[in-house]
Amino acid sequence: MRLEVLKTYKIYIGGKFPRTESGRYYKLKVANKTIANVCQCSRKDFREAVVVARKAQEGWNEKSAFNRSQILYRIAEILEGRKTQFIEEMQLMGISKSVAEKEVVFSVDRLVYFAGWCDKYQQVFSGVNPVASSHFNFSVNEPMGVIVSFAPESSPLLGLVSVIAAQISGGNSSVVLASEKYPLTAITFAEVLNSSDVPGGVVNILTGFRKELVEHFSTHMDVNAIVYCGTDKKEIELIQKNAATNMKRVSIYADKEVLADEFENPYEILKLQEVKTTWHPIEKIGGASPSY
Amino acid sequence: MKSKNKIRPNFSLSKRVDQVGVIERTDRFKTRSIKTESKVEDLKTVLSMIDLTTLEGADTENKVRQLCTKAMHLHENYSDLPTVAAVCVYPTLVKVAKESLKGSGVKVASVATAFPAGQSTLEVKIADTKYAVDNGADEIDMVISRGKFHEGEYNFVFDEIATIKEACGKARLKVILETGELGTFDAVRRVSDIAMYAGADFIKTSTGKISPAATMPVVLCMLEAIRDYYFETGRMVGMKPAGGISTAKSALHYLVMVKEVMGEDWLNNHWFRFGASRLANDVLMQLVKQKTGNYQSSDYFSID
Repeated sequence: MRLEVLKTYKIYIGGKFPRTESGRYYKLKVANKTIANVCQCSRKDFREAVVVARKAQEGWNEKSAFNRSQILYRIAEILEGRKTQFIEEMQLMGISKSVAEKEVVFSVDRLVYFAGWCDKYQQVFSGVNPVASSHFNFSVNEPMGVIVSFAPESSPLLGLVSVIAAQISGGNSSVVLASEKYPLTAITFAEVLNSSDVPGGVVNILTGFRKELVEHFSTHMDVNAIVYCGTDKKEIELIQKNAATNMKRVSIYADKEVLADEFENPYEILKLQEVKTTWHPIEKIGGASPSY
Repeated sequence: MKSKNKIRPNFSLSKRVDQVGVIERTDRFKTRSIKTESKVEDLKTVLSMIDLTTLEGADTENKVRQLCTKAMHLHENYSDLPTVAAVCVYPTLVKVAKESLKGSGVKVASVATAFPAGQSTLEVKIADTKYAVDNGADEIDMVISRGKFHEGEYNFVFDEIATIKEACGKARLKVILETGELGTFDAVRRVSDIAMYAGADFIKTSTGKISPAATMPVVLCMLEAIRDYYFETGRMVGMKPAGGISTAKSALHYLVMVKEVMGEDWLNNHWFRFGASRLANDVLMQLVKQKTGNYQSSDYFSID
């Protein structure tokens, strides 16, 4: 008889897998049986995550769009190769096999979808603007910076993957709180990220209680935007109020909106971009009209 | 030369350092938890101990003026903050700094003696020092000749420090050991002894141009040298870790260490300084965090 080897689920910050600094954990129970101890992250874990996300964001954005695209595709490849592991883990958390299979396959497809957009959304959504003066005037999209999110509670993988893919494909870095009920696959997904050339700090995954962290996620001054998946009116109100301290952009989704096929559209990338407009003086010779 | 009359122990017999012990002890300083009011008070103390530093080839007069303004007005939205202890610049910029800081109580420190390598003749080093002092420097940060030390020329190093000390006149002398180039704790201890017996008012870890710069074990080793020297001679010597201390948290660890190794007497900016350029903003961010409850972003603090 062999001793059981149980996995320790830790969190993912800056390309490493530390335990929560608070030392706290919660028991993940399925049908009254504990299947794992999960880190209950504190505000300090969150602060650490934001610090590394801020550091990583610049380098991530400086990579060529094509390279970002390759890396997103690489995540999809690695995830594809580990399908069975994810399906088994979801079954462990009490999800039926057929649902689990769909969840993984859709996640891979979603990554491929956003990988494709990395080097295309700029050309589609940037443009030269007609102006009345002799200026060459153009607008381009730039990533907002550090985005924090509450992944959909009802989804073990697809919700988390969708939220992350839309953010990092646009050059943002990301701090995500995984689903409270299904945290295991989120941490296993971190292992996938870690072996797919995603630079440390670009994606950071925390586990713990939404109720406890919502205040800290929304008040942090070094966070540029916040994505909330869920319907709790009080939490939404709190986020909207706190976001005003430094004008964080707030996006609210119902879980099913993130999980639906319709989430696969480039406007999800655009929601977390800032438009930069440049006025460049041009010489006007002999009253000739500017070509733009 | 006056240095002839100074006590000059046999520095080959300087105390040896227990490396494992030093590292373990510093690890324990890092486990202290300082919260709420004590944290706020300590952070203000840290601010008052900072030597706000700019030592770049690209320094301009206006950069120095801007730094001086920062030194005097750390954060306008936060009342009753101290000023930093000093502004540290190259000798040619001392004059500008002195004018900008007039009447504020913030001191002007200047590096000298062919900073950062120290590879020059004694005449040049003396001239460098005198130039800085004549332009109004209150403090001189000199570098030692590390090469000579490694050659075993302890008397050369000793005499050089003593000569520069004379050239300083009333200005306080900080001696930079450049611990990153010394290699062992034993060497750090030995150079600390040489510097103090030769007349240093402060010993300082690093120029900030070499990595590793200030680390807690090295600073502990130097603090113990200062303490032993104090027991031996009754003269107090200051300590200045410089380079690599950029977070408020690590600065608090240093305060804990000073308090525990040296006691209250050293816990002020006359005897303890931080040489840093980025530390001030991090401390300010922590202070504002304590006040508002929100973690801060560097977007809202002045660039320096």
